[in-house]
Amino acid sequence: MTPDATGKRWHDMGGDLAHPLAGPIPDGDHDFALWEKRVDALVILAGLKGVFTVDGLRRVLEDMGEDAFETMTYYERWVASLNQNMLEQGVYSVADLGARMAEVQARGTTYADATDAGA
Amino acid sequence: MPHDHHDHAGLSPSGHPYREDQDNSLSYWQAMEIAVRELMIEKGIVTAEEVAAQIDAMDARDPSQGAAVVARAWTDPAFRERLLADGSAASAEMGFDVGPMKLIAVENTADVHNVVVCTLCSCYPRNLLGLPPDWYKSRAYRSRTVREPRKVLAEFGLTLPENVTVRVHDSTADMRYIVIPARPDGTDGLDEAALAELVTRDSMIGVGVAKTG
Amino acid sequence: MQALEPGTPVRVRRMMPPGHVRTPAYLRGKTGAVERVLGPFGNPEQLAYGHTPDRLPLYRVRFRLGDVWPDAATPDDTLDAEIYAHWLEAL
Repeated sequence: MTPDATGKRWHDMGGDLAHPLAGPIPDGDHDFALWEKRVDALVILAGLKGVFTVDGLRRVLEDMGEDAFETMTYYERWVASLNQNMLEQGVYSVADLGARMAEVQARGTTYADATDAGA
Repeated sequence: MPHDHHDHAGLSPSGHPYREDQDNSLSYWQAMEIAVRELMIEKGIVTAEEVAAQIDAMDARDPSQGAAVVARAWTDPAFRERLLADGSAASAEMGFDVGPMKLIAVENTADVHNVVVCTLCSCYPRNLLGLPPDWYKSRAYRSRTVREPRKVLAEFGLTLPENVTVRVHDSTADMRYIVIPARPDGTDGLDEAALAELVTRDSMIGVGVAKTG
Repeated sequence: MQALEPGTPVRVRRMMPPGHVRTPAYLRGKTGAVERVLGPFGNPEQLAYGHTPDRLPLYRVRFRLGDVWPDAATPDDTLDAEIYAHWLEAL
């Protein structure tokens, strides 16, 4: 009486013992970089400001697919989802983002250079 | 950590290499973070001060907050009752705001052991425990815990007798969970602050037990 | 839908729609009992797409591990999950 799994998506992983990565629980932990903490803060604040919901965050993460889960880090996925939600909300446009990212990348070659110049 | 030691150095929870957090060269995603943040500030959604204050608030959160709640529950039976009835309200009494999500406290006893997982994403009581450890977000933990919880617990060094029921909690929606571990024997003489020192992060997720001293 | 009392036996609907839902696939079609009643909370299936959500009861449902996984090594261990009202049918 196992339900038909057609339509089950990658993130819905409870019980998937057969998945090649469902092995031993991985060890270790790591701290987060400043840019990652900023992503986390923006996500929480956008929720508090009512321009964003945690389900909107999750929906975009889920739609990114399993490849993103395996190849991007946690906060890379979060910033991609935050951005997608801000675009959908009309907070800024794709053109705004594209121009700003190019400007940021022109400020310097390290995160510290690029972020401080805009502060 | 006390569980299986495999060579995961430099690998993500799902077994892929980590990208450097503080990459010397500005990454695409870092540039996106800067751009998104600046645009959100310019459009009046947030202020730079709010972002900084939120980071400070998250940096200040760690498992000691959850441990203080557990130690209070161990020493104050009326508080324990309130915590089990309404985890959010009881935590707020101690000055810990658990945010928009509701907190459910589940208690380990001689007959029941609770363990928390989120199979759909990685929901975690971050306002009481800080940010989740990497393994909590891993495919291995998320997929296996709801199906073979005792095998998962054994990898953390926790083997439970058969007469103890394991209760797995899948945080699927608006609740967040904290496990109240059993108070260790021989701690009658300890005050609340000393007891809180015994309460580990893993014991509040349910993959461990409180230290005995 | 009438509010379900704690203890009510329920089955999780077997629907498999695409899109953002918070009912895990491994529980679809499985039978458990209401452990407690929560909410109301906004329907995440509307929140995810930027719509004003309906407010729904949310239930914590307790399942026997053996009722979720026929091959469970310890079938009397339990699994609790939060399931929104529209995903449950009372038995």
